[in-house]
Amino acid sequence: METLHFQRRAQENHVQPTLVGCVGSGDLEVMIEPSDSEFSDIYIQTSTAGSEVRWQQIIDQITPVIPLPAMRMDIHDFAATPGVIRLRIEQALEQATSVGGDKHE
Amino acid sequence: MSNSPVVKDNSFVEQSARQRIKRLLDKDTMRELISPFERVTSPWLAKQGIVSQFDDGVVIARGKIDGEETVVAAIEGSFQGGSLGEVSGAKIAGALELAVEENAKGNPMSAVLILETGGVRLQEANLGLAAIAEIQSAIISLRKYRPVIALVTGPVGCFGGMSISAALCSYIIMTREGRLGLNGPLVIEQEAGIVEYNASDRPFIWSLIGGKQRFESGLVDSYINDSQKSVREAVVDHLNRGVPSVHRTEKYCDLLEAFLHLDTQDQITPENAQQLLMEGGGHE
Repeated sequence: METLHFQRRAQENHVQPTLVGCVGSGDLEVMIEPSDSEFSDIYIQTSTAGSEVRWQQIIDQITPVIPLPAMRMDIHDFAATPGVIRLRIEQALEQATSVGGDKHE
Repeated sequence: MSNSPVVKDNSFVEQSARQRIKRLLDKDTMRELISPFERVTSPWLAKQGIVSQFDDGVVIARGKIDGEETVVAAIEGSFQGGSLGEVSGAKIAGALELAVEENAKGNPMSAVLILETGGVRLQEANLGLAAIAEIQSAIISLRKYRPVIALVTGPVGCFGGMSISAALCSYIIMTREGRLGLNGPLVIEQEAGIVEYNASDRPFIWSLIGGKQRFESGLVDSYINDSQKSVREAVVDHLNRGVPSVHRTEKYCDLLEAFLHLDTQDQITPENAQQLLMEGGGHE
């Protein structure tokens, strides 16, 4: 198991607490909570060893498309593929920034 | 999701633990206790190189079912096979104890357990066992006041110590997809040999421990379709029945008597098993 931390400058402010996904085989959970800092902090626990470069690439691909809000994002990953990872992160960000949306299911 | 051709939007089995509770409770009455945002995770999994989950695989919520105060515990079968460790087990035991306290104060509160579990989480062995013992004694305390309902809808089923917990409940509701048994099929295959018990022979496994067989053997109270509507209707129906005059586990002597005279020379068939359990259980 590996724990990773990435930090990016935040582009937006408002998020609501959000949880999506499940730590099932090939899946992951993504939790978002608001933060007072100017950064997006992403903490990752992954079952896949030696995956730091891949996570960095996934985050670098997402940041130009979706502006990251000021938040603490926690990811618990159980060997999900990059496609699944990206979908879950996008799902979490969409829910966290939507107004009056369903907080977590 | 409502127009998806793949997932039936009214399926109960397809839903996550949290979604199941939400669909079972009256609209807008769900209040989650020890929510994942409190980050009460297993202290043992990370030490063994296993990624933890924020709710440790168990969702607890208070709410109303048909206007009646109820606490619901749902196990997430996708996380570590729905196994119960120190935290997840304590969450269920705590939920049941909360209901016991409320009833003792004169506030009626029932409980529903949505079970998807292989039993104890082996990585937390003794702590998981202790938690399951606490769950069982809490069920026995609570079932004197109000019904404790076990739902076994699948796909994981309910095995190990938690199958005993299910049996202790006032009522058990199952779907065809659900399975209920002390030892899981793979464990029995390993012990008895593949000739006697082939765990990959799905029709065989379900014919012995599936929801239909368990219902027709008189071991469970209700056999329903996999839909959110029928799950909710069955739960409301059993809540309305109130506390049973005699609990299933109080009649264990009759079943022991039947097993005493069982000839194990021949492989048991689903029909034999059903007959034995029905007669032993004192059913007509």
